[in-house]
Amino acid sequence: MLSALLILIAALFFTGIINRTKSMASGRKGPGVLQPLFDVWRLFRKGSVYPATAGILFRVAPTICLASIFMALLVVPFGREKGLLSFSGDFVFFAYVLALGRFLSIVAALDTGSSFEGMGASREALYGMLAEPAFFVLMGSLALLTGHTSFHEIFNALHLGSWVSYALATLATFVLVMIAMIENSRMPVDDPKTHLELTMVHEVMVLDHSGFDLGLILTAGYLKFAIFGALIVNLFIGMVPTGYAIPLFFLIQGGMAVAVGLIESFMARFRMSHNPQFITVLTSVALLVFFGVLLISGRFL
Amino acid sequence: MNPVNLFLLVAALFLVLLPFLRGAYQRIWLLGGVLLMAVVTSVPAWQVLTGATREWLLPGNGVIGEIPLRLDGLSAWFILIINLVFLTGAVYGLSYLRHYQAHRNTLTLHYLSFLLLHLALLSLCVIQNSLVFLVMWEVMTLAAFVAVIFEHEKWVTVKAGINFLIQSHISLLLLMVGFLYGAIHTGSYDLAAFAGLPGGRGTATALMLLFIAGFGIKAGFVPFHTWLPYAHPAAPAHISGIMSGVIIKIGLFGILRMLLILSVDFTTVGYLLLAVSLVSGVYGVMLAIVQHNLKKLLAYHSIENIGIIGLGIGLGCIGLGGGHPLLAALGFGGALLHILNHALFKSLLFYTAGNVYQATHTLHIEHLGGVMRKMPLTSLLFLVAAIAICGIPPFNGFVSEFLVYAGLYQWMQEASLVTLVVIIFTIMGLVLIGGLALLCFTKAFGIVFLGNARRGHAGAEVSRGQLAPLWVLALLILLIGTFPQVFTGFLARPVAQFTAMVPHAGAAVEMGTSGLEPVPLSGVVNGMVTPVAAAAWGVILVSLLLWALRSLVIRTKSQETSPTWSCGYVAPTPKLQYTAGSFARSYTKLFRAVLTFSRRERGVDAIFPAGGHYESHADDKMEKWFVDKPVNGFQWLMSRLLFLQNGKLQVYILYGILFMAAVILIPVFTGWLGDLLQFLKQL
Repeated sequence: MLSALLILIAALFFTGIINRTKSMASGRKGPGVLQPLFDVWRLFRKGSVYPATAGILFRVAPTICLASIFMALLVVPFGREKGLLSFSGDFVFFAYVLALGRFLSIVAALDTGSSFEGMGASREALYGMLAEPAFFVLMGSLALLTGHTSFHEIFNALHLGSWVSYALATLATFVLVMIAMIENSRMPVDDPKTHLELTMVHEVMVLDHSGFDLGLILTAGYLKFAIFGALIVNLFIGMVPTGYAIPLFFLIQGGMAVAVGLIESFMARFRMSHNPQFITVLTSVALLVFFGVLLISGRFL
Repeated sequence: MNPVNLFLLVAALFLVLLPFLRGAYQRIWLLGGVLLMAVVTSVPAWQVLTGATREWLLPGNGVIGEIPLRLDGLSAWFILIINLVFLTGAVYGLSYLRHYQAHRNTLTLHYLSFLLLHLALLSLCVIQNSLVFLVMWEVMTLAAFVAVIFEHEKWVTVKAGINFLIQSHISLLLLMVGFLYGAIHTGSYDLAAFAGLPGGRGTATALMLLFIAGFGIKAGFVPFHTWLPYAHPAAPAHISGIMSGVIIKIGLFGILRMLLILSVDFTTVGYLLLAVSLVSGVYGVMLAIVQHNLKKLLAYHSIENIGIIGLGIGLGCIGLGGGHPLLAALGFGGALLHILNHALFKSLLFYTAGNVYQATHTLHIEHLGGVMRKMPLTSLLFLVAAIAICGIPPFNGFVSEFLVYAGLYQWMQEASLVTLVVIIFTIMGLVLIGGLALLCFTKAFGIVFLGNARRGHAGAEVSRGQLAPLWVLALLILLIGTFPQVFTGFLARPVAQFTAMVPHAGAAVEMGTSGLEPVPLSGVVNGMVTPVAAAAWGVILVSLLLWALRSLVIRTKSQETSPTWSCGYVAPTPKLQYTAGSFARSYTKLFRAVLTFSRRERGVDAIFPAGGHYESHADDKMEKWFVDKPVNGFQWLMSRLLFLQNGKLQVYILYGILFMAAVILIPVFTGWLGDLLQFLKQL
């Protein structure tokens, strides 16, 4: 319960902080931290324009998409507190329920009959497919390290003791941040601020959404960031008592938002054709974590 | 009355009288036959699944001996799946075949083969006499062949049918060798006697490998899969659904049955199955993505799903070998549940594809589009099945894949270094399969059902009667996703049959015998899937809640339609839409190493160009290496011997005389040889 609440609060500010960081890095004054919320609120009150080709699926998809992300949110724990749903293998559910959202957003994009949106949909499906193994290998290594198979138990049993485990946590953080960037279609893979449909991934898929539905999609994006941020926080706060963990949670989430903002400001987007290589590298890094775990748990003989 | 006699009576009655009926009576008769056979077999199967194993002994004859029929948990599970698929298949098929009323003789033959197929599949589940098993196996193959070549006026169909027939007979040959070996060395055709095969674990394992190859051809494991992508598109939709739903599963049934009987080295068999299945899974879906024919795409997906099931069986075997009952329970449980799941969503996919074919007369993905607007219900059903087959909650595919994942992560906790590397790559493979399946089905659904029609196909929704069985399947898909604990509960007995073989549960466990108590493991498995049910309910409820909220909010807001955004271009035609080929383009570029394409094109080059032409086909590399090359080599070898067949009658008579002379002289010569040896020995 606590974790869901905290993630929701973090989601309120996350995208605002990213945007603020970006504006500061480029020397602009920039919008307020709460601007994304105002955007969504305004969208919720607007009417919609639907493309003539689109059918019912196009209208349903954003709702189910947000619902799937909400369900993913519920399995994420917070330190010693369980998520609302916590069971053995819940990270499998986490990944697959996110896939439900992806499936529907891809299908909704194809429903418009636009070749731009088809292009974005194709990329989304491919990148999602390539990024998933990294997540599963990472969670597998953590499961091996701790001997548990649910988010809550894994994070609770995660002791950061030796220098090797710090190295592993760093690598794990890197993998999670990058998966978050891919899931949210952010900088090294996709540029949310680009103005050319040909070079977009996520933005082009939602080109034709408007009004309430677009608001739902934006909300989903904010939530996704905060969820992955919460996963990263969990890597570090397993042992910390809840009283200290809450400020730490916001500190790390804020830090991650700033980091994302900085990455977006100082990195260029990769060429589309190089993205698969980059995403596959993530799986290799996750494998590195796995072999590190083997090293720690003394299974290399 | 004894259910076996009753079953035989029903089958005989319906088979014999079917050809004498006409039109609507014939259809009702077929439906009645399938229904009665299903009821007669489902009742005892249900009793077995919730109670004790049953056994009957049919009097055979002097050659084959008595025919034991054993109905245990495994058979019961398969019988129920077969009946479900055949019932829905029959109802759907009868509506589907309405358009072929004029071909009365073909229809009669088709109905007969349909009944025979049902009969053969049901009896294969219980017959435990190896000779009779082989006979029924052959009956099944021939009936399936006749059913597949329904549209026999098309050359492609007949070719696919013959391909199926030949490969099935290779399967039969391998099985025959295996069964005869067992029969000779145990002195009995009873399968249960195979448990006492002399020669120990090594021989049993070698025999098991033979059976895996034999049954694997039917199941469609790579590299034995090559008949599937031809046979499925060629068959009428209901037969494709049944083939994919149960006929290929009977191969898996064979493997599972032999695992129960033979005391093999489970670890070796497990690793082998794991490797083969992983290759099948990844390879199947990789080729599925690049197919242009919707049914061929689904056929390759069957190979992928057989891979997932095989992964479960492999994990289960490793659990048995390593004395890890929970892993065995999760592996076999996941595999058996996925067999049901795949039967449900794959037959649903084939039936909906059949609807599309009826309405548009094409299955070429690139020619379709916008079907959803004309056939909303068919599209919805396809979408449900597509989400389910990707293993996405809240539908059934997720539950069985979850069990396999759970098995993998459980196994991890006590594995050694090498095993861990195997596990992590298996996990990566399974995840990759999931991701690729998503790519494949977003493509299939998006291009076929959404957007605008690419070629002007007229079409309307099929009749309500034809959709009815499809709703049943969809409902079951949702039920398994939302109440998985009920279905894993039914699985307790079949799974217990396997987990009872874990070594520390007693070295002298009699295999295949009756009365195995369900071990409390099923409780553990149920406990694992119960929260999954809660999560699935969560997905559904949150979605409904949000939808209600959305409806409430947008009620007062304006809603307009306008053309899709196309970057300011104002005259888009359906041809400008993204195609299936372009959707898969970045994927095909990435996986060039595995995929090969053959292209045929005529460019638009002259000043007044004639019509250009471009055609590309995805080739199956495995087929090239494992089927085409050996067959070509064999043909070459045979062509060297062509001089023997020179068309001269005199020479042929000479061959005859030579043959007869050989027949007479060889025993004489061997007699002399024996005498000579005797003589030499005496010296």
